[in-house]
Amino acid sequence: MSSLAIRNLRKSYGSVEVLKDINLEAESGEFVALVGPSGCGKSTLLSIIAGLESVSSGEVAIEDKVVNNEAPKDRDIAMVFQSYALYPTMTVRQNMTFGMECRNIDKGTQAATVARVAALLQIEPLLDRKPGQLSGGQRQRVAMGRALVRDPKLFLFDEPLSNLDAKLRVEMRSEIKKLHQNVGRTTVYVTHDQVEAMTLATRIAVMHQGVLQQFATPKEIYEQPANIFVAGFMGSPNMNFFAAKYVNSAEGGGIVLDGGDGSLLPLPGQRQPNLRDGQQVIFGVRPEHFSPAHVARATRKGNPSVIVPVSIDMDEPTGSETILMCSIAGQEATIVCEPDEAPTTGTAIDFEIDMSKVSLFDPTSEARL
Amino acid sequence: MADTTHQAFDPLATGSRARQFRAKFTVYALLVFFALLYLSPLVIIFMNSFRPLEHIVREGFISSPRALSPQYWIEAWSTFCIGGNCEGVSRYFSNTLMMTVPATILSTAFGVVNGYALSKWRFKYDTWVFGLITLGVFLPAQMTLLPWAFVLGKIGLSNTIAGLVLVHTVQGISFTTLFCRNYFVAVPDDLIKAARIDGAGFWRIFRRIMLPLSPPILIVCVIWQFTGIWNEFLFGTVFTSGANQPITSAIVAFSGSGTGERHYNVEAASVIFAALPPLLVYVLGGKYFVRGLTSGAVK
Ligand SMILES: Nc1ncnc2c1ncn2[C@@H]1O[C@H](COP(=O)(O)OP(=O)(O)OP(=O)(O)O)[C@@H](O)[C@H]1O
Ligand SMILES: [Mg+2]
Repeated sequence: MSSLAIRNLRKSYGSVEVLKDINLEAESGEFVALVGPSGCGKSTLLSIIAGLESVSSGEVAIEDKVVNNEAPKDRDIAMVFQSYALYPTMTVRQNMTFGMECRNIDKGTQAATVARVAALLQIEPLLDRKPGQLSGGQRQRVAMGRALVRDPKLFLFDEPLSNLDAKLRVEMRSEIKKLHQNVGRTTVYVTHDQVEAMTLATRIAVMHQGVLQQFATPKEIYEQPANIFVAGFMGSPNMNFFAAKYVNSAEGGGIVLDGGDGSLLPLPGQRQPNLRDGQQVIFGVRPEHFSPAHVARATRKGNPSVIVPVSIDMDEPTGSETILMCSIAGQEATIVCEPDEAPTTGTAIDFEIDMSKVSLFDPTSEARL
Repeated sequence: MADTTHQAFDPLATGSRARQFRAKFTVYALLVFFALLYLSPLVIIFMNSFRPLEHIVREGFISSPRALSPQYWIEAWSTFCIGGNCEGVSRYFSNTLMMTVPATILSTAFGVVNGYALSKWRFKYDTWVFGLITLGVFLPAQMTLLPWAFVLGKIGLSNTIAGLVLVHTVQGISFTTLFCRNYFVAVPDDLIKAARIDGAGFWRIFRRIMLPLSPPILIVCVIWQFTGIWNEFLFGTVFTSGANQPITSAIVAFSGSGTGERHYNVEAASVIFAALPPLLVYVLGGKYFVRGLTSGAVK
């Protein structure tokens, strides 16, 4: 049973269309992450699911029932806002019971529910404080608590961690993951942090300028991005994009980098695209799919690989890994390698590319080939 | 609303000792001078309200006070004849009270609800509605005299306190709506959205979320309306007469036709009766007034 379905959804503000023909479906218990750059329409989509905004056309269905014309309170959803939106004049306890009060739930049940959720989130000592007397992380917990006192069909999160510092964010991220595993409710989670999306989601919806670019599992999004936008947006540092030509030789298809020495980088059997000889392509390689030739990580894994000469322009050690700014065939590239494998700046050495992981894109349509 | 304590720059505490002294002296001298200037009418009126009439007539308004007596206050309150009505100002005082209190409460109540609806619930032409309501702020009261006279006549409220309550309520809504809307705009919309998802409707959100945030702006509205309506003179004079007049209109009789003997001492006491309530309201609430005007709803 699909818990949430969005069909041919469009939304315009005046003459500006901010959501263009969105189609999404979430299975029961699924964790869907909605990612995309600022202004791409994530919050708008979430507000539409919540019923806070109307649709221009299309359908929103929750548990197979079209809810287009239902008020937010009748949709049986709980939402956590980016700003937390805690009621400033109420105590934490009142913040959590307000919704139950509106739904005429008896006092005994209210108290029991608050006690259960407060224990789950470890906010019992805060129950009688006002939101103004809480730290950012505590407010975030209370906002979660306000959603968790319900047992809704759908949880909606709008960038709940974006106001926290980096460390707290990582902590809360794993707590949200744990919570979702315990509660098991269908969740739509908006974020512009691709790491959050990758770690939390069962499926990721990548949006750009109001268009849904790809809706797939994190693994698929990462390994087989549907287009250059998705490939560039997911993953840090960004995927490298090289201008190249597809060449059909006797041994099979391969890639020749523009501006290089013309050597052929043969594509492995299962990655042979259906292209004509000499066609211009974008050759995409993730920074971590390079390894120094003497390390030969791809070869040791038994993956097909090729060797390319690389000249190192600059290195940025981050501690756990070293990021190399370099050039390959005269084109800029970024490589990630282990700190003790990192060659010195200014040298030219050979790197191996794991050819089983590369992507090809059409330079004009930007779609995956 | 927590007060932010900030270390203000004190220009008087810089420079050499002599300069500091001179600067401070000048500032305080000026302050004292202007304070005396502004307070002197009040002080003179106050003194004269205790002096026997023959002293005032003989020695003028400004002279050393002797033979003081509170009897003129009592006279002013209960027996003094104003415009042929010998009940003192008590009657007019209560007229004004009966007019000011309901009109203040009503206009503030309407303003708060208007401000909430206009800032938090989008509807078609809402900016037009807001524009039209606040147009009243800029319309001179004189322009509304004729229409009001017509309306009051039509609904049978001419020369009644109820009529004045109606006029002041409607006139006041422009201000209170403007104040409240501008205050509520600072309340994050997400609060309303969260409450709607929690299942609250228009009035529950108003009661449980907006009203608890409103005391600062309520105080502003109440002080503004109370002092404004209490001191208002034009509508009272035009729409009421005789025993139905508010105190501001009634005491104009003192400066009137000049028939008979002037009771300067009793008149002074009457004037103070008329001026006291708004003064008290401002003295008691002034601190909150300034704070409410400058504070946002949620920091
Ligand atoms: N009420 C509105 N009227 C007109 N345009 C709007 C309105 N609300 C949002 N938009 C526009 O719709 C687009 C999508 O906005 P939205 O808030 O959904 O972005 P977002 O993906 O959530 O961005 P962010 O990551 O910054 O939160 C933006 O271009 C925004 O300017
Ligand atoms: Mg947003």
